[in-house]
Amino acid sequence: MVPTVHGRRLGKVPYVELADGRVQGVVSSGSAGERVYVSSVSADSRTLSCATNNNRPCGGLRGAPCKHIRSLIDEACRHYGAERVAAYLRMDAGQDAKDALMGLQGPVEPGPTGVVFTRFLRYLSYLEHPGTTAPIPEMHWFPAGRSA
Amino acid sequence: MLPAALTGLLASAPPGVDEALELTDGLDAVLTDGLARPGAEGARALGDLAAATGSSPLAAPVREAVSSVGSGPVSAASLAALAGARTALTGAVHDALLAVLDTALGRTRAEAHAPAAPAAAPAPELEGARAWLTELAVAGWRGVDRDLAAGADAALTPLLEDPARRRLAVLLDGLGAELRAHCPLSGDQDPPARRWGDLWARAVLLAQDAFPAWPGAPAEEVSGRLLPLGADLHQHPTAFQVQVHALLEPSGGGPARLVRTSVSALKVDVLTRESVWGLVAEHAALLGALAEHRALEVEGMPLLDGGDLVWHDDRARKGEPADRFTAARLHLSGAAAPAVPALERHPARIAEPVLLEGYAAKRTTGPVPGLALDLDGARLPVSLLRSPDSSSLDVKAAASSGACIGLMRWDAGQWSVQLLGVAAKKAPAGQTHTADWALGPTDPKSASALRKSDPLGTLRERAGKLLRR
Ligand SMILES: [Zn+2]
Repeated sequence: MVPTVHGRRLGKVPYVELADGRVQGVVSSGSAGERVYVSSVSADSRTLSCATNNNRPCGGLRGAPCKHIRSLIDEACRHYGAERVAAYLRMDAGQDAKDALMGLQGPVEPGPTGVVFTRFLRYLSYLEHPGTTAPIPEMHWFPAGRSA
Repeated sequence: MLPAALTGLLASAPPGVDEALELTDGLDAVLTDGLARPGAEGARALGDLAAATGSSPLAAPVREAVSSVGSGPVSAASLAALAGARTALTGAVHDALLAVLDTALGRTRAEAHAPAAPAAAPAPELEGARAWLTELAVAGWRGVDRDLAAGADAALTPLLEDPARRRLAVLLDGLGAELRAHCPLSGDQDPPARRWGDLWARAVLLAQDAFPAWPGAPAEEVSGRLLPLGADLHQHPTAFQVQVHALLEPSGGGPARLVRTSVSALKVDVLTRESVWGLVAEHAALLGALAEHRALEVEGMPLLDGGDLVWHDDRARKGEPADRFTAARLHLSGAAAPAVPALERHPARIAEPVLLEGYAAKRTTGPVPGLALDLDGARLPVSLLRSPDSSSLDVKAAASSGACIGLMRWDAGQWSVQLLGVAAKKAPAGQTHTADWALGPTDPKSASALRKSDPLGTLRERAGKLLRR
């Protein structure tokens, strides 16, 4: 089964995922209400990327993570646990996972902004489908249990 | 259930169960390495499967499927035959287990009706699902990489739009999420072969054009008083289901009937624990009765052959307060149990309501810490896997209980009880049930935290802004 995730601050980071070899997600802009940033960190070369959903590069990203990437990592750790995030990014096993993630450095490159934003919209669309009252017997394979 | 009956139940599996599971394990091993390269052991396992189904209506298609494996592309018909053979075996295991459980409980079960009629029209929206399930089988669990795991999305997207395809959509999404979380498997890691085999086989059947849309049609309409016994909660990252077990006292008289009613919603991974209940808030009468421990009056509600009451919140109203333990003591032992629809027969579906009293709850250390109920020496494990975190019924409440309403389960090859509600040993009036939070957490701290964070509201607001522009 899939390990249960913990909550995160959705106002700040409405979407985060470990996918396609990256920690990636959508981060609310600190200032301009509606604007969101799509941020990512790749596992293979620790490439950092951050841009608005209209593909305008983030002005705060210069070699070290911008505040959006820092929020993304913070909330990814809250969501999945720092160990799982660090393992996904193949960080040094010896170091404390949270410390390693906070010291993150890497080249800046344009990221998969459109792809991630589309996945965010798909994610939100799950809440738009109506529920059903027809039984789903297959859900017996997915008990809402406490993952030890 | 009496301790003597429980001792008998726990002592050994019914005859034939181990042999049948050996056959499905053989197929699961082939699915682990992939149908593209079954190997000598796999070929032997497939041969055994063909022999075991040799005197059934599946004989010819299974024989054909088995002989085609390893030689060229695998046809959709071959996959359906293999999934069908596996399903027939797990169905037989289900029947044997349920029969011994019914005997132990003294429960009378209705005779099964004829299976639901096959759906007539071809369903092109299922093609993506069949293609993905074929790719999985050919690659084998060891051969599933990130891209193949992610293929679930494309397969299920056309199904999400249609609530009648919800069963398959939810199943593919659940399997896809597990494959994404675990694949590619590292060399020394074994897949949960029986579990994934179960999910795969059911998905293959649901993806057949002819699979009936309703599990136990046709429905009759029933009216009367509904006494909830408890709520069984199911969830994976993108789905949540509440299945309420209840006793129906038909308004026309006659014995109480055991029924199940289910409400479900799609969700996203971050909605867990106390935030899941908001997803099904539209069923206000049902949730109100669960949270407030009340009966329900239902009028003209469809009831399927398999005992599934198809919930219509507008045909129900909240009734008088009803103590669940009292209802269980009065009616459970004489209640009429429904037959299980043919295509749903699987050990995972066994969820029989029981009332257990006079036990000593004992924490166990074993390989993993657990809990067991000791009834005069018979030790029934408590299923922690099926103990939901979206309720206040935690291990502590369970460990200090003296009576419980639960569901008898058969998971991982052994019987256990899933707790739906417990009464404290020292103060039996103090009860905790899995659905006590149906209208929101009952402890003020969790309630105010949920109001403050409101994850469902926050995401719905974003969805409204971004998706309906
Ligand atoms: Zn940024």
